[in-house]
Amino acid sequence: MFFPISGVTLDPIYLILIGFIIGVLGGFFGVGGSFLTAPALFAVGLPMNFVVGTDLAHIVGKSIVAAKTHRVLGNIDLKLAAIMVIGTIAGAETGVQAIEFLKKYANVDLVVGTVSIVVFSGISIFCAWESWMTLRAKRQENREGDASSAPKQDSTAVDALAKSVQQIKLYPVISLPHSGIRAISFWAILFVSFIGGIFSGFLGGGAGYIRMPSMVYLLGIPTHIAVGTDLFEIIISASYGTVRHAMNGNVDILIALIMQTGAALGARIGANLTQYFTGPLIRLAFAPLPLLGAIVIAQRLLTSHHP
Amino acid sequence: MLVRFVIELVIYAVLVTVYLGLVLTFLVYWLKELFVQQRGVYAFVSIVLMILQAVGLEKLTTVLVHVNRRRQG
Repeated sequence: MFFPISGVTLDPIYLILIGFIIGVLGGFFGVGGSFLTAPALFAVGLPMNFVVGTDLAHIVGKSIVAAKTHRVLGNIDLKLAAIMVIGTIAGAETGVQAIEFLKKYANVDLVVGTVSIVVFSGISIFCAWESWMTLRAKRQENREGDASSAPKQDSTAVDALAKSVQQIKLYPVISLPHSGIRAISFWAILFVSFIGGIFSGFLGGGAGYIRMPSMVYLLGIPTHIAVGTDLFEIIISASYGTVRHAMNGNVDILIALIMQTGAALGARIGANLTQYFTGPLIRLAFAPLPLLGAIVIAQRLLTSHHP
Repeated sequence: MLVRFVIELVIYAVLVTVYLGLVLTFLVYWLKELFVQQRGVYAFVSIVLMILQAVGLEKLTTVLVHVNRRRQG
C-alpha cells in the first residue's frame, strides 16, 4: 500500500503486527517502544526523520490505552507525572531542534542511528546486570530465611544511588506519598525528565527506555508505579512531540493510525500482565529489548541505501 | 478463555478493517493536501485523529470484553 505523505510503500498488516507487539511491550514495560518501532520502520524503508515523528504519533494512541489500564491498577503517581511533563517538554524541544540542525548540516540517519545504538546497548547491559544482582540477592535472602523480604517488595541493586539522590536538599523539596518517597528535590525529578525529553525529541518515541529505568534507579520510584506514571506522562510529552514533528513535516499520520489499531489491543494485554510480575523480573525481561533494537539499527546502517 | 479471546480478536479485526478502509478512502488525499499546504493544520488534525482513535479503540475493546463475558456468563 502506498503512503503519499512519506512517499513509501508499506504492508499494512506488517504495520498492525508491529503495533500489536510494541503495544504489548509498551503496556508491560511502560515504554513507548521506539527502540523496536524505529528499527522496524527504518528496516522497511521509511526515512529516519519520518520514523521519529510517526513513531511519536503512534505512541500517543497506545499510551492512552495502556495508561487507562494502569490507572485502574493504581500504578500512576499524578504529582510525579505533572512535574515530569515540564522537564520532558523542555527536553523534547531541545531534541527536536537538534534533529532540525542535523537535517541541514549532517547525515541525520547516521548520527541518530549511531546515538541510538550506544544508548540502547548501555541501557540493556545496565538493566540486565542490575536486575540479575537484585534477583540473586533476593534468592540469597530467601535461603537465609530473611522474612523481611516479601516477594512483591521492590528493591534494586543500586538502592544507594536513589537514596543519595533523595538526600540532595536542593529546594523545593517535595514528597511523593503514592510512590512512598518522603522527600526528594523537585530539581532531581526535573533533571531526569529533561534528559528523557532530549532523547524523546532526538531519537523519537516517548523515551521510556531512558525514563523508566531512571525513575527506578535514580529517583527510587517502585517499578510498577514507574511503568504506569511513565505511560501517563508519555501521553502529554509525545503529543507535544507529535505536533512539533508534524509541523516540521516528519509525521505520516496514516502509518501511525494503522499501527495504533494493533497497538490498542496489545497495550491492554501488556498493562494487565504487569500485575503478575515483580519489579526485578519486569526489569530483567526489559533488558534484551533495547539491545535488539540496537542490533537491528546497526544492521540497517551497515546495509543502508539511504542517501 | 482462549476461545473467548479469539472471538474478541476476530470481531475487533473485522471492525478495525472496516474502519481503516473508510479512513484510508476518505482521508488520505485530504491529509496529503494539508501536509503540503497547511502544515500547522495538518499537525493539529493529526494529533486529534490519533487521540480520537485511541479513545474509540479503548472503548471498543472494553465493550467487546464486557459483552463477551456477559454472553459466556
